Amino acid sequence: MMTALQVTILVLVAAGATAVVLIRDPVRQVVSLSIYGLLLAVLFMAFQAPDVTLSELTVGAVALPLLLLLTLAKVRKQEE
Amino acid sequence: MTPSQRRWVFLVAGGGFLAFYLWGLVGLPGFGHYPGPYGDIINAIAVSQTHATAVVSAVNFEYRAFDTLGEEFILFTAATGVATVLRHLREERDTSAMDEAMSRDVPATSDAIRMVTLAFIGPTIVVGWYLTSHAQTSPSGGFQGGIVLATAFVLVYLAGQFIVFKRLSPVALTDAIEAIGAGSFAAVGIAALALGAAYLSNILPLGSTPGAVNSAGTIPLISFFVGIEVSAAFILIIGELLEQTLIVREGNR
Repeated sequence: MMTALQVTILVLVAAGATAVVLIRDPVRQVVSLSIYGLLLAVLFMAFQAPDVTLSELTVGAVALPLLLLLTLAKVRKQEE
Repeated sequence: MTPSQRRWVFLVAGGGFLAFYLWGLVGLPGFGHYPGPYGDIINAIAVSQTHATAVVSAVNFEYRAFDTLGEEFILFTAATGVATVLRHLREERDTSAMDEAMSRDVPATSDAIRMVTLAFIGPTIVVGWYLTSHAQTSPSGGFQGGIVLATAFVLVYLAGQFIVFKRLSPVALTDAIEAIGAGSFAAVGIAALALGAAYLSNILPLGSTPGAVNSAGTIPLISFFVGIEVSAAFILIIGELLEQTLIVREGNR
Protein backbone atom coordinates (compact mmCIF):
# COMPACT_ATOMS: atom_id res chain seq x y z
CA MET A 1 0.00 0.00 0.00
CA MET A 2 1.14 3.53 -0.73
CA THR A 3 1.61 5.78 2.29
CA ALA A 4 0.33 9.36 2.51
CA LEU A 5 3.92 10.61 2.20
CA GLN A 6 4.42 8.68 -1.03
CA VAL A 7 1.20 10.01 -2.54
CA THR A 8 2.09 13.57 -1.51
CA ILE A 9 5.57 13.45 -3.00
CA LEU A 10 4.27 11.87 -6.24
CA VAL A 11 1.84 14.78 -6.63
CA LEU A 12 4.63 17.29 -5.84
CA VAL A 13 6.94 15.69 -8.43
CA ALA A 14 4.21 15.84 -11.06
CA ALA A 15 3.62 19.52 -10.23
CA GLY A 16 7.36 20.22 -10.29
CA ALA A 17 7.85 18.56 -13.67
CA THR A 18 4.95 20.56 -15.10
CA ALA A 19 6.44 23.77 -13.67
CA VAL A 20 9.82 23.04 -15.28
CA VAL A 21 8.13 22.63 -18.66
CA LEU A 22 5.90 25.71 -18.30
CA ILE A 23 8.62 28.13 -17.13
CA ARG A 24 10.05 29.65 -20.29
CA ASP A 25 12.94 31.81 -19.05
CA PRO A 26 16.07 29.57 -19.23
CA VAL A 27 17.67 30.74 -15.96
CA ARG A 28 14.45 30.34 -13.97
CA GLN A 29 13.96 26.99 -15.69
CA VAL A 30 17.36 25.77 -14.48
CA VAL A 31 16.57 26.82 -10.89
CA SER A 32 13.20 25.06 -11.07
CA LEU A 33 14.96 22.01 -12.55
CA SER A 34 17.24 21.95 -9.51
CA ILE A 35 14.24 22.09 -7.15
CA TYR A 36 12.60 19.35 -9.22
CA GLY A 37 15.76 17.25 -8.75
CA LEU A 38 15.45 17.79 -5.01
CA LEU A 39 11.80 16.68 -5.10
CA LEU A 40 12.78 13.56 -7.07
CA ALA A 41 15.43 12.80 -4.45
CA VAL A 42 12.78 13.00 -1.70
CA LEU A 43 10.55 10.74 -3.83
CA PHE A 44 13.28 8.08 -4.07
CA MET A 45 13.79 8.38 -0.31
CA ALA A 46 10.06 7.90 0.32
CA PHE A 47 10.19 4.77 -1.85
CA GLN A 48 13.11 3.36 0.18
CA ALA A 49 15.90 3.83 -2.37
CA PRO A 50 18.59 5.81 -0.49
CA ASP A 51 21.30 5.02 -3.04
CA VAL A 52 19.29 6.49 -5.88
CA THR A 53 18.43 9.43 -3.60
CA LEU A 54 22.12 10.28 -3.27
CA SER A 55 22.72 9.96 -7.01
CA GLU A 56 19.70 12.14 -7.80
CA LEU A 57 20.78 14.76 -5.22
CA THR A 58 24.29 15.03 -6.63
CA VAL A 59 23.47 14.82 -10.32
CA GLY A 60 19.91 16.15 -10.62
CA ALA A 61 19.96 18.90 -8.00
CA VAL A 62 23.61 20.02 -8.25
CA ALA A 63 25.70 18.83 -11.21
CA LEU A 64 23.20 19.18 -14.06
CA PRO A 65 21.91 22.69 -13.08
CA LEU A 66 25.52 23.82 -12.60
CA LEU A 67 26.53 22.67 -16.09
CA LEU A 68 23.40 24.26 -17.58
CA LEU A 69 24.03 27.58 -15.80
CA LEU A 70 27.61 27.67 -17.09
CA THR A 71 26.39 26.93 -20.61
CA LEU A 72 23.77 29.70 -20.33
CA ALA A 73 26.42 32.16 -19.12
CA LYS A 74 28.56 31.31 -22.14
CA VAL A 75 25.70 31.58 -24.63
CA ARG A 76 24.61 34.96 -23.20
CA LYS A 77 28.11 36.38 -23.43
CA GLN A 78 28.25 35.40 -27.09
CA GLU A 79 24.94 37.08 -27.81
CA GLU A 80 26.01 40.40 -26.32
CA MET B 1 1.55 20.54 -44.13
CA THR B 2 -1.41 22.62 -42.96
CA PRO B 3 -2.18 23.03 -39.23
CA SER B 4 -5.27 20.82 -39.46
CA GLN B 5 -3.32 18.00 -41.15
CA ARG B 6 -0.69 18.34 -38.49
CA ARG B 7 -3.34 18.12 -35.78
CA TRP B 8 -4.68 14.88 -37.30
CA VAL B 9 -1.21 13.34 -37.40
CA PHE B 10 -0.77 14.28 -33.75
CA LEU B 11 -4.17 12.91 -32.73
CA VAL B 12 -3.55 9.57 -34.47
CA ALA B 13 -0.04 9.24 -33.02
CA GLY B 14 -1.12 10.43 -29.57
CA GLY B 15 -4.13 8.07 -29.53
CA GLY B 16 -1.98 5.13 -30.57
CA PHE B 17 0.58 5.93 -27.89
CA LEU B 18 -2.11 6.27 -25.22
CA ALA B 19 -3.67 2.91 -26.19
CA PHE B 20 -0.35 1.06 -26.02
CA TYR B 21 0.62 2.88 -22.81
CA LEU B 22 -2.60 1.89 -21.04
CA TRP B 23 -2.24 -1.66 -22.37
CA GLY B 24 1.28 -1.77 -20.90
CA LEU B 25 0.12 -0.37 -17.55
CA VAL B 26 -2.48 -3.13 -17.20
CA GLY B 27 0.25 -5.76 -17.40
CA LEU B 28 2.41 -4.25 -14.65
CA PRO B 29 2.75 -6.04 -11.30
CA GLY B 30 0.88 -4.42 -8.40
CA PHE B 31 2.45 -1.67 -6.27
CA GLY B 32 5.10 -3.16 -4.00
CA HIS B 33 4.96 -6.65 -5.56
CA TYR B 34 8.35 -7.62 -6.96
CA PRO B 35 7.92 -10.45 -9.46
CA GLY B 36 11.49 -11.41 -10.40
CA PRO B 37 13.69 -13.92 -8.58
CA TYR B 38 17.01 -12.03 -8.75
CA GLY B 39 16.33 -9.34 -6.14
CA ASP B 40 15.20 -11.90 -3.58
CA ILE B 41 18.22 -14.14 -4.28
CA ILE B 42 20.65 -11.20 -3.97
CA ASN B 43 18.99 -10.05 -0.74
CA ALA B 44 19.34 -13.54 0.71
CA ILE B 45 22.98 -14.20 -0.15
CA ALA B 46 24.72 -10.82 -0.69
CA VAL B 47 25.68 -10.02 2.92
CA SER B 48 27.15 -13.44 3.68
CA GLN B 49 28.84 -13.69 0.28
CA THR B 50 30.45 -10.23 0.12
CA HIS B 51 30.36 -9.00 3.77
CA ALA B 52 28.96 -5.70 2.46
CA THR B 53 25.88 -4.54 4.34
CA ALA B 54 25.01 -2.10 1.56
CA VAL B 55 23.61 -4.59 -0.93
CA VAL B 56 23.24 -1.95 -3.67
CA SER B 57 27.00 -1.34 -3.48
CA ALA B 58 27.61 -5.09 -3.50
CA VAL B 59 25.59 -5.30 -6.72
CA ASN B 60 27.28 -2.23 -8.27
CA PHE B 61 30.88 -3.03 -7.40
CA GLU B 62 30.80 -6.82 -7.36
CA TYR B 63 27.92 -8.69 -9.01
CA ARG B 64 27.73 -6.27 -11.94
CA ALA B 65 31.12 -4.59 -11.55
CA PHE B 66 31.75 -5.06 -15.27
CA ASP B 67 28.68 -2.91 -16.07
CA THR B 68 29.93 -0.29 -13.62
CA LEU B 69 33.29 -0.33 -15.39
CA GLY B 70 31.47 0.47 -18.63
CA GLU B 71 29.58 3.35 -16.99
CA GLU B 72 32.88 4.56 -15.57
CA PHE B 73 34.33 4.82 -19.04
CA ILE B 74 31.25 6.64 -20.33
CA LEU B 75 32.09 9.47 -17.92
CA PHE B 76 35.80 9.17 -18.72
CA THR B 77 35.07 9.49 -22.44
CA ALA B 78 32.70 12.42 -21.85
CA ALA B 79 35.30 14.35 -19.85
CA THR B 80 37.95 13.60 -22.46
CA GLY B 81 35.57 14.78 -25.17
CA VAL B 82 34.82 18.07 -23.37
CA ALA B 83 38.52 18.69 -22.82
CA THR B 84 39.29 17.95 -26.47
CA VAL B 85 36.48 20.02 -27.98
CA LEU B 86 37.14 23.07 -25.81
CA ARG B 87 40.92 22.99 -26.22
CA HIS B 88 40.90 24.67 -29.64
CA LEU B 89 38.99 27.69 -28.41
CA ARG B 90 41.49 28.21 -25.62
CA GLU B 91 44.28 28.67 -28.16
CA GLU B 92 42.18 31.09 -30.22
CA ARG B 93 41.74 33.51 -27.37
CA ASP B 94 45.35 34.15 -26.41
CA THR B 95 45.82 37.31 -28.49
CA SER B 96 42.48 39.02 -27.92
CA ALA B 97 42.40 38.55 -24.15
CA MET B 98 45.65 40.36 -23.45
CA ASP B 99 45.10 43.77 -25.04
CA GLU B 100 41.63 44.35 -23.62
CA ALA B 101 42.21 42.97 -20.14
CA MET B 102 42.45 46.49 -18.67
CA SER B 103 38.82 47.33 -19.47
CA ARG B 104 37.50 44.26 -17.67
CA ASP B 105 34.72 44.87 -15.21
CA VAL B 106 34.50 41.89 -12.87
CA PRO B 107 32.00 42.30 -10.02
CA ALA B 108 33.50 41.50 -6.62
CA THR B 109 32.22 38.45 -4.71
CA SER B 110 30.03 39.54 -1.81
CA ASP B 111 31.28 38.83 1.69
CA ALA B 112 28.12 36.87 2.51
CA ILE B 113 28.69 34.41 -0.34
CA ARG B 114 32.36 34.15 0.55
CA MET B 115 31.65 33.36 4.21
CA VAL B 116 28.94 30.77 3.54
CA THR B 117 30.91 28.95 0.85
CA LEU B 118 34.11 28.95 2.92
CA ALA B 119 32.17 27.47 5.85
CA PHE B 120 30.80 24.73 3.60
CA ILE B 121 34.06 23.63 1.95
CA GLY B 122 35.30 21.57 4.92
CA PRO B 123 32.01 19.73 5.64
CA THR B 124 31.57 19.07 1.89
CA ILE B 125 34.95 17.35 1.70
CA VAL B 126 34.16 15.29 4.81
CA VAL B 127 30.77 14.19 3.43
CA GLY B 128 32.26 13.40 0.01
CA TRP B 129 35.06 11.38 1.55
CA TYR B 130 32.61 9.58 3.87
CA LEU B 131 30.39 8.63 0.92
CA THR B 132 33.37 7.44 -1.13
CA SER B 133 34.89 5.32 1.63
CA HIS B 134 31.69 3.77 3.07
CA ALA B 135 30.20 2.13 -0.02
CA GLN B 136 30.38 -1.27 1.69
CA THR B 137 28.58 -0.29 4.91
CA SER B 138 25.80 2.15 4.07
CA PRO B 139 24.00 3.61 1.05
CA SER B 140 26.73 5.58 -0.67
CA GLY B 141 29.55 4.97 -3.10
CA GLY B 142 32.28 6.44 -5.21
CA PHE B 143 29.97 7.99 -7.76
CA GLN B 144 27.96 10.13 -5.32
CA GLY B 145 31.00 10.82 -3.15
CA GLY B 146 33.07 11.85 -6.15
CA ILE B 147 30.57 14.47 -7.23
CA VAL B 148 30.29 15.83 -3.67
CA LEU B 149 34.10 16.08 -3.53
CA ALA B 150 34.12 17.93 -6.84
CA THR B 151 31.46 20.31 -5.47
CA ALA B 152 34.01 21.39 -2.80
CA PHE B 153 36.19 22.71 -5.63
CA VAL B 154 33.26 24.59 -7.13
CA LEU B 155 32.75 26.17 -3.68
CA VAL B 156 36.39 27.28 -3.81
CA TYR B 157 35.58 29.02 -7.08
CA LEU B 158 32.49 30.64 -5.55
CA ALA B 159 34.32 31.74 -2.41
CA GLY B 160 37.38 33.10 -4.10
CA GLN B 161 38.41 33.38 -7.67
CA PHE B 162 38.84 31.29 -10.76
CA ILE B 163 42.60 31.53 -10.40
CA VAL B 164 42.45 29.73 -7.01
CA PHE B 165 40.21 27.04 -8.47
CA LYS B 166 42.70 26.56 -11.29
CA ARG B 167 45.68 26.50 -8.95
CA LEU B 168 44.03 23.79 -6.83
CA SER B 169 43.05 21.70 -9.85
CA PRO B 170 45.52 22.12 -12.72
CA VAL B 171 44.34 20.32 -15.86
CA ALA B 172 47.43 18.09 -15.97
CA LEU B 173 46.74 16.89 -12.41
CA THR B 174 42.99 16.30 -12.82
CA ASP B 175 43.67 14.56 -16.13
CA ALA B 176 46.19 12.25 -14.47
CA ILE B 177 43.96 11.51 -11.45
CA GLU B 178 41.02 10.77 -13.72
CA ALA B 179 43.10 8.37 -15.80
CA ILE B 180 44.57 6.71 -12.68
CA GLY B 181 41.08 6.22 -11.19
CA ALA B 182 39.60 4.70 -14.34
CA GLY B 183 42.71 2.61 -15.06
CA SER B 184 42.97 1.28 -11.50
CA PHE B 185 39.35 0.06 -11.63
CA ALA B 186 40.23 -1.96 -14.74
CA ALA B 187 43.49 -3.06 -13.07
CA VAL B 188 41.60 -4.50 -10.06
CA GLY B 189 39.83 -6.77 -12.54
CA ILE B 190 43.07 -7.73 -14.24
CA ALA B 191 44.62 -8.59 -10.86
CA ALA B 192 41.80 -11.10 -10.38
CA LEU B 193 42.60 -12.59 -13.80
CA ALA B 194 46.27 -12.90 -12.81
CA LEU B 195 45.25 -14.89 -9.74
CA GLY B 196 43.21 -17.24 -11.89
CA ALA B 197 39.76 -15.90 -10.93
CA ALA B 198 37.14 -14.34 -13.19
CA TYR B 199 37.50 -10.68 -14.24
CA LEU B 200 36.62 -8.31 -11.35
CA SER B 201 35.87 -11.13 -8.92
CA ASN B 202 36.46 -10.29 -5.27
CA ILE B 203 40.03 -11.44 -4.63
CA LEU B 204 40.77 -9.56 -1.38
CA PRO B 205 39.99 -10.92 2.11
CA LEU B 206 36.40 -10.08 3.04
CA GLY B 207 37.08 -9.32 6.72
CA SER B 208 35.38 -11.07 9.61
CA THR B 209 32.60 -8.55 10.40
CA PRO B 210 30.05 -7.67 7.73
CA GLY B 211 29.43 -3.93 7.88
CA ALA B 212 32.90 -2.97 9.12
CA VAL B 213 34.68 -0.30 7.07
CA ASN B 214 37.60 -2.67 6.41
CA SER B 215 35.40 -5.47 5.07
CA ALA B 216 34.01 -6.59 1.71
CA GLY B 217 37.32 -7.04 -0.14
CA THR B 218 37.52 -5.18 -3.44
CA ILE B 219 34.22 -3.29 -3.01
CA PRO B 220 35.68 -0.32 -1.02
CA LEU B 221 38.77 -0.36 -3.26
CA ILE B 222 36.71 -0.07 -6.44
CA SER B 223 34.51 2.57 -4.79
CA PHE B 224 37.64 4.59 -3.95
CA PHE B 225 38.89 4.46 -7.55
CA VAL B 226 35.44 5.36 -8.87
CA GLY B 227 35.35 8.26 -6.40
CA ILE B 228 38.61 9.87 -7.50
CA GLU B 229 37.79 9.24 -11.18
CA VAL B 230 34.35 10.85 -10.92
CA SER B 231 35.56 13.84 -8.90
CA ALA B 232 38.49 14.47 -11.26
CA ALA B 233 36.28 14.12 -14.35
CA PHE B 234 33.67 16.50 -12.94
CA ILE B 235 36.28 19.07 -11.84
CA LEU B 236 37.81 18.85 -15.31
CA ILE B 237 34.46 19.43 -17.05
CA ILE B 238 33.49 22.31 -14.71
CA GLY B 239 36.95 23.86 -15.06
CA GLU B 240 36.82 23.74 -18.85
CA LEU B 241 33.32 25.24 -18.93
CA LEU B 242 34.25 27.96 -16.40
CA GLU B 243 37.26 28.83 -18.49
CA GLN B 244 35.06 29.02 -21.58
CA THR B 245 32.66 31.41 -19.84
CA LEU B 246 35.51 33.60 -18.62
CA ILE B 247 37.34 33.61 -21.95
CA VAL B 248 34.35 35.01 -23.81
CA ARG B 249 33.90 37.52 -21.02
CA GLU B 250 37.45 38.70 -21.57
CA GLY B 251 37.65 38.36 -25.33
CA ASN B 252 34.49 40.13 -26.47
CA ARG B 253 34.86 43.40 -24.61
